[in-house]
Amino acid sequence: MTFEGELSDLYQQVILDHSKHPRNAGSLDSANRRAVGHNPLCGDQIVLMLEVKDGVIADVKFQSSGCAISVASASLMSEAIKGKTVQEAELMFRKFHEMLTGACDTSSLGKLSALSGTREFPMRVKCATLAWHTLEAALNNPNQTVTTESDA
Amino acid sequence: MPHRSLVAPFSDTELEAIRADFPALGLKVRGQNLAYLDNAATTQKPAAVIEAEAAFYRTQNANVHRGVHYLSQIATELFEDARETVRRFLNAKSRREIVFTKGCTESINLVAHSWGAKFLKPGDEIVLSQLEHHSNIVPWQLIAERTGAVLRVWDIDENCDLMQGGLDELLSERTKIVALTHIANGTGTINPIKQVIAQCHAAGAKVLIDGAQAAARTPLDMQLIDADFYALSAHKLYGPTGVGVLYVRESVLEQMPPYQGGGDMIRTVSFDRTTYNDLPYRFEAGTPNVAGVVAFRQAIEYVQRIGLDRIFAHEKELTDFAVQSLNAEPDVKTIGNPKNRAGIVAFLIECAHPHDVATILDSIGVAVRSGHHCNMPLMKRLGINGTTRASFGVYNTKTEVERLIEGLKKVREIFQ
Repeated sequence: MTFEGELSDLYQQVILDHSKHPRNAGSLDSANRRAVGHNPLCGDQIVLMLEVKDGVIADVKFQSSGCAISVASASLMSEAIKGKTVQEAELMFRKFHEMLTGACDTSSLGKLSALSGTREFPMRVKCATLAWHTLEAALNNPNQTVTTESDA
Repeated sequence: MPHRSLVAPFSDTELEAIRADFPALGLKVRGQNLAYLDNAATTQKPAAVIEAEAAFYRTQNANVHRGVHYLSQIATELFEDARETVRRFLNAKSRREIVFTKGCTESINLVAHSWGAKFLKPGDEIVLSQLEHHSNIVPWQLIAERTGAVLRVWDIDENCDLMQGGLDELLSERTKIVALTHIANGTGTINPIKQVIAQCHAAGAKVLIDGAQAAARTPLDMQLIDADFYALSAHKLYGPTGVGVLYVRESVLEQMPPYQGGGDMIRTVSFDRTTYNDLPYRFEAGTPNVAGVVAFRQAIEYVQRIGLDRIFAHEKELTDFAVQSLNAEPDVKTIGNPKNRAGIVAFLIECAHPHDVATILDSIGVAVRSGHHCNMPLMKRLGINGTTRASFGVYNTKTEVERLIEGLKKVREIFQ
């Protein structure tokens, strides 16, 4: 693919749409899981709030400041995990992560596959995974701050 | 620093000849000519520097200050000749005042941990400015924690100049050291270091100047500015990575304890007691980056042949043009409007985040930096998360600035 093609793959319409009009942005009073994610290399930040009931992510909201990729990724993630069980969300994260490292069939990821273009931009992969790392923290180590730099 | 508007910038032929000295400028990036506008992060290297480093390893390589054999003597001479070149470049009084380090960051750490550990007491104050790079903040925080000294911050005004009169309020008998950048990497602000140093000395405080950005952009004269400590990196001055310089006034350096222990910094070692080597070797433990230092000499001689006053004039012309062009775009805001600015302009465009701007500019071969530029306290003070930054060097052209402006159209096409 030409670089011009890769660039339009990175900034697909769905990404631009979600970055300009993020879904589930805001604050969640009923939240019982919360985590803060931070990319110290670029300053991107996300606060993720979840309401988990009987093993299901009943509701999700987030507040973020960052680039188009990180905001769109948080928005797409929030849509994808809402109504899913915690196990389903964790499986989704694993598939998403594999997609960005180039080792996965994207067909099962639905709209999330819009972020697959990021893998051609290694410096931007962390923008796309920040929201997911924050989700992982909210589910497993709630009320902690995670950074993209603690990921092995 | 005095204005140098009388010095002429380069003619087109001169600029072309300069560009031909830098192999990396011939690179194609994304199928386009590279427009390298990230010189505040690191500069490209002229062929003379690259060849000197390779030639050292091919024909001159040995350890320094140790062997009696032929190559060791050659390597030692080349290494010490480079120190003399640096001494002249800075107009230091003596080679004893020139310490080689691995970079500007290590130079500042050396001062904080050696001088700071000896002279800072609980309640003493360290003054920093709001414009500082993390490398001129964190070493002072570390030593403040160890010694009980306190950090004070010199604020900036709305133009990103140091607040007028700000130092009058901060300086007291508790102030032991003021650590200040010469040219701010986030805004291009040129600080009035000569006046600041005079004022600090009158109040009994020492001054460290972070010259990381200044060394490649403006002539330096330690006698004129009367600095106690001046730190710089070779790689931002067209030299190799992994080499830095710390200038310390000899009377101050004499009083400083060793920073690291090891070979080369000792005179005698026994298990009971070690005596230390003379200045500056006492501060150069271990085998230094000999090849890097030898090649760095070529970088200094390169800018000296062109003349730093002319480089300053060239970069000023480019920077003024960039600021003017960016400000002419209704949706672009340049950061700060310092009275004196050198070689650096940071900006924001309404429709896009700095990272997205940098990715799109990269797609047309224009290399800029995006993010907080190791300036998180400054970003917080300005109420922003980051900027896109263009920074110029001796070889940049107006055409490259025009390509940057042209690239912003593509940013708008995608994001509006």
